[in-house]
Amino acid sequence: MTAVRAAGPAAEPGRVLLDVTGLNAYFGAIHAVRNVSLAFREREVTAIIGPSGCGKSTLLRCLNRMHETVPGARVTGSIEFHGQDLYAPDVSPIAVRRHIGMVFQRPTPFPTLCIRDNVAAGLRVLKRSQRPSAAETDRIVEQALRDAALWDEVKDRLHGGAIGISGGQQQRLCIARALATSPRVLLLDEPTASLDPLSTQKIEELVYALRKQFTVIIVTHNMQQAARVSDRTAFMLDGELIEVAPTSKLFTTPSDPRTEAYVTGRFG
Amino acid sequence: MTFRKVKSAVMLGLMWLAAALVLLPLVLILWQLVREGATAINWDFFTKIQSSPGDAGGGMANGIVGTLMLLLIASVAGLPVGIGAGIYMAEHRSAKLAASVRFLADVLNGLPSIVVGIFAWSLLVKPMGHFSAWAGGIALGSMMIPLTARTTEEMIRTVPNSLREAALALGYANWRTSITIVARTALPGIVTGALVALARVAGETAPLLFTAIGNNFWSVDPNKPIAALPLQLYQFAISPYDSWHRQAWAGSLVLIGLVLVISIAARYAARPRFGKAVD
Repeated sequence: MTAVRAAGPAAEPGRVLLDVTGLNAYFGAIHAVRNVSLAFREREVTAIIGPSGCGKSTLLRCLNRMHETVPGARVTGSIEFHGQDLYAPDVSPIAVRRHIGMVFQRPTPFPTLCIRDNVAAGLRVLKRSQRPSAAETDRIVEQALRDAALWDEVKDRLHGGAIGISGGQQQRLCIARALATSPRVLLLDEPTASLDPLSTQKIEELVYALRKQFTVIIVTHNMQQAARVSDRTAFMLDGELIEVAPTSKLFTTPSDPRTEAYVTGRFG
Repeated sequence: MTFRKVKSAVMLGLMWLAAALVLLPLVLILWQLVREGATAINWDFFTKIQSSPGDAGGGMANGIVGTLMLLLIASVAGLPVGIGAGIYMAEHRSAKLAASVRFLADVLNGLPSIVVGIFAWSLLVKPMGHFSAWAGGIALGSMMIPLTARTTEEMIRTVPNSLREAALALGYANWRTSITIVARTALPGIVTGALVALARVAGETAPLLFTAIGNNFWSVDPNKPIAALPLQLYQFAISPYDSWHRQAWAGSLVLIGLVLVISIAARYAARPRFGKAVD
């Protein structure tokens, strides 16, 4: 099993980090993502929008090889990360997922672990030689919680259960958990779909701030959210990528009439 | 009063009655056991082995220790297999093998316990050439396998799939996700299932008849025949001696007490560590 290169060339904003070419994804006979080619750039927030069932979540789940965990799921095409094909036969999906973190629609704290151990969960599965010491883990946990704008709210209850905090806090905890393993890319699958407006605002501010350190790809069905947090927006329809452009351009002067119809609210 | 209210009151009354009828046998049994057996329970009962037939005094220490040993052997033999099979069935829901295992577990659950005894006899007693605690414990253990396999599967199925996905997305391997996240989350339920299975086999007599066979003397050697409470109850109850009859009642009381303790432990194990999980 070849490890996915963690560091690679120095990060530089705007450089292509994830290059998707001719990607097709299937659930059994259903062709969910159709021949999508798309480049995600370093330290940018890319939003993927489109009506329900357009394949945007499936596309996201192909990026960290989570799509294949569903029985009957299949992927063809290639996704290059630092020039290495994530779907090459010698690449382990486990290594891919360690470098490309993911946060889901509903908060998923591990109910048997305290807040600290939840954040450290991704570190516990590292090889012994790479696993940080307890003191180092404490430091990483604190940093991840600070990055996720949750530290001040939970610092006095790090050893309390993770399911005793609010839904919005749980979602930020899941973001902290994904950040703790220092991924290069953070995938967010409608991260505010189950949250109240105030928690949503906090997550959006967080996403906006995270672009300084991470490459973020966010799937959302909320166009205002895409406009608020992203640098670049991709519009998908019926499994196809219709258009990808800087966010302001996509929302003001889209080049495809279908994009215009969607962003002006004529369907979807 | 309107007709609807009358109907509601009548139905409510019937349900109260049904609930009372469920409890009645339990209360009657406990009452009878305490009335007949309490007088025979004393220090000697827990510290001495049985007296010679017809003699007063003596106790069931050998049966109590024997039953505990049989349960220990049964747990060591049965729980890993049962829990492992349960995890497998839950994690590979649609696999053909899982469906077969599930069906077989259900069949085994319905198997008369005397058949389990015959199975253990032909598998262990006959080749070894003698009765033993090993054979009795393994007979009980093989009864625990299908029970724990099914409860483990049910408990693991209550763990939301989103937790599994969250672990996989953090770079957990499949096996590690199954064990450290999914099974760990279901652990209180799995432990409860294991204890319920233990309580269930604690009172089994038939599988021990020609495996552990019983022992009138003190023995803790797993290679030798061993005494067990249910076997002693049977032996004492069908005897013609009054003192043995009283001790049989006392033994029943102790056996029910043991099952009660295991059940309370099961309740205690089922409590969640950090309050209720979401979803």
